[in-house]
Amino acid sequence: MRPESNVRKRDKFIRWSAFILSVIVLIWATLGVNINFGELIAGISSIVNIFGLMFPPDMSYLSNTLVRMMESVTIALLGTAIGSVLAVPVAFIAAQNLFASSFVSWLGRQILNAIRTFPSLILAVFFVASFGPGQLAGLLAVGIHSTGMLGKLYTDVIEDIDTGPISAMEASGANKLEVLWYAVFPQILPEFIATSIYRFEINMRASTVLGLVGAGGIGVILSQALNYRRWPVVGIALIVIVIGVTIVDYSSAYLRKKIV
Amino acid sequence: MIVVSSNSNFDVSKIPRPNKSLKRNWTIGLLIAFAFLVYSARNTGFNFNTVADGLPDFFRLIRQMYPPKWATFPSLIEPFIETIQIAIVGTFIGAVIAIPVSLLAANTVNKNNKLYLVSKFIMNLIRTVPRILYAAVFVAAVGIGPFPGVIALIFFSLAIVAKLTSESLEAIDTGPIEAIETSGANKLEVILYSVVPQIAPSYISYSLYVFEVNIRTSTVLGLVGAGGIGQTLMTSLNLFMYQRAATIIVATFALVIIIDLVSTKLRERLI
Repeated sequence: MRPESNVRKRDKFIRWSAFILSVIVLIWATLGVNINFGELIAGISSIVNIFGLMFPPDMSYLSNTLVRMMESVTIALLGTAIGSVLAVPVAFIAAQNLFASSFVSWLGRQILNAIRTFPSLILAVFFVASFGPGQLAGLLAVGIHSTGMLGKLYTDVIEDIDTGPISAMEASGANKLEVLWYAVFPQILPEFIATSIYRFEINMRASTVLGLVGAGGIGVILSQALNYRRWPVVGIALIVIVIGVTIVDYSSAYLRKKIV
Repeated sequence: MIVVSSNSNFDVSKIPRPNKSLKRNWTIGLLIAFAFLVYSARNTGFNFNTVADGLPDFFRLIRQMYPPKWATFPSLIEPFIETIQIAIVGTFIGAVIAIPVSLLAANTVNKNNKLYLVSKFIMNLIRTVPRILYAAVFVAAVGIGPFPGVIALIFFSLAIVAKLTSESLEAIDTGPIEAIETSGANKLEVILYSVVPQIAPSYISYSLYVFEVNIRTSTVLGLVGAGGIGQTLMTSLNLFMYQRAATIIVATFALVIIIDLVSTKLRERLI
């Protein structure tokens, strides 16, 4: 009985010190961002007020907003396509079970990790600085970021494949290309496509934001409207974003269910 | 007279055959996707020339950023601390508000169907809009600084933690709830003694996960004026202080990786 109660005591001690530590951290953080309860309430009420000002939304901007939303859709779609294509070779290199030596695959994984740490918004800032404002910068940002994300997920898919068919084909004298075509691709292709479609959902959200840093899409309208505090225009832009993203979410979920 | 037994009405045409329409659907689908891609490429001006034109500028930018100037690091400590503080406060307040909301959005606890559907709908609605857009809207509403960033994170953390927790709540063992109910406990006692013990570890784990996400987000909140290190990055770029920008980026990576490691370790211990 003794040792058990000691463990219990230690557990309790750890729990309490964790609790006290988090309270201290919390107080420190709250003081740091300079928020007190009154301010919080005032801020939230002014934000609720803003949502009120957005209605009724400015319908005269609807067509303009839809055009920009299509821009966002094309950025997301093409960016996903670029990422899906570029990610395939990188994933084959980074996967540890197929070809590459362990050093090369390690290198491949590190490259993917490095790309992934850049949020697409930061990439967009840099591409806007070098390619000028517009859709192209946004497209490149989404494309590069997706390459990192999809490369990682593709690598996982490749590492999970069943090696039975591969050894069977190799034993029957197939060359590398035939093995890839008949034993590897049929296993990974549906997963790759489903992963890319899921990525498209995420990229769709990202591409609505890019315009805030000048990289095209519906964010451009939002950014201008916010600068001039034209709330009804913000309202219509938000409505179009919510509807567009929802449509993309549902159709993507439907497609993924069909594929896998 | 031949007696037709039940298993003799065998029809050759009922044997499943390789599906021809499946192949056709795939081909049509791929063609449509390809046509749309070509259209998109033309629309966005994405072609070899435009990319090749911009690349030299891009590499010049990268060259100007190298090497990061670590002498500027002391001036970055304060915005970094602000970044962490925004994430902590946003996550905490959001996660606390998420507790009652997740109870409303779980049909094992909340038996009122209308209230249940409404709260599910609102949470889905909140999650459709990207976090940065909230931040941008709130900056326009209450002014530049960490405050709109915190509120944006509260919003988003609330929606995600409440969604995940309510899903766990819907999967809990209802045995203890019924047992305590039959022994005459009121709603609060039911929640306190049969729901909370089952849900607490996953709730804390979700909150930690959202904290990781929020740290990442709060590093870019500043790009739209919502405080933290992103704002310093934006000013550095606008003032062409590229080496300082490089320092910020490297340090941001380090921060994100450290937080991820710590949070993953904590979550592993919890579950």
